[in-house]
Amino acid sequence: MLDTALFYIFAAMTLAGAILTITRRNAVHCAISLIVSLLGVAGLYLLQQAEFLFAVQIVLYVGGIMVLFLFVIMLVNLDQAAKERQFNGYWIVGLAAVAAVGAEIAYFFYKGGPSAFDIKSAAAAGAPDALGNTELIAQSLFSEYLLPFEVASLLLLVAVVGSVVMAKKRI
Amino acid sequence: MHPITTAHYLMLSAALLLIGTVGVLTRRNIVIILMSIELILNAVNINLIAFSHAWGNPRGQIFAIFVITDAVAEAAVGLGILIALFRNKETVLADEIDLLKW
Repeated sequence: MLDTALFYIFAAMTLAGAILTITRRNAVHCAISLIVSLLGVAGLYLLQQAEFLFAVQIVLYVGGIMVLFLFVIMLVNLDQAAKERQFNGYWIVGLAAVAAVGAEIAYFFYKGGPSAFDIKSAAAAGAPDALGNTELIAQSLFSEYLLPFEVASLLLLVAVVGSVVMAKKRI
Repeated sequence: MHPITTAHYLMLSAALLLIGTVGVLTRRNIVIILMSIELILNAVNINLIAFSHAWGNPRGQIFAIFVITDAVAEAAVGLGILIALFRNKETVLADEIDLLKW
């Protein structure tokens, strides 16, 4: 009961924030709306017992990426862009394409019905209680997914070097 | 009120994905296009977490961590490119950058 109410609250936060993000004129307002949307997604993680990702979402997205966005918004002069047309000339084509994809997904849901995704596996019954969420993720991440983890660290190194090279005036 | 199933999360994720796609396809401001890409990646994460919860298997959450890592790298490089672009062209509107078009 409480879960249902919380789901609808967080879903409303997520979707309202997302719609405001893509429709506001001022980029700072867009960033604030995006923060609301990301916090809604974080609440959805918490509802699904993904506590570690809840923390990661808030610390990394809201604390890291959004601060980066706000810094760039301050560095780049957006006043001129805010006065101009906000949507490009092909917005009707874009909307039509997205509406087609949306109709396709809606038809898929209609055909399958909600029960098609109602997975009731034996593992879902009582497994995660023995270990906490963070311990489960750590065990899997540092044993089974060790190589992808190292590749991800290499990716982050490349991204750090690349963004410094891009943003620096003279190397 | 009936209980929330995996299908609810999948519909929410589909809606968020479509909103993000509309943002990428129709906005002119590059900063907001990058924000829309973040929305799309969040929709993917909701899907992964919903199935992870449904199956009682933490692998979906690990994939979500990798998606977040990619989102961070993408935002850092994208904003670096944006700063370089603004220094050279004095614009942040995507359809005014048409140097390779003729």
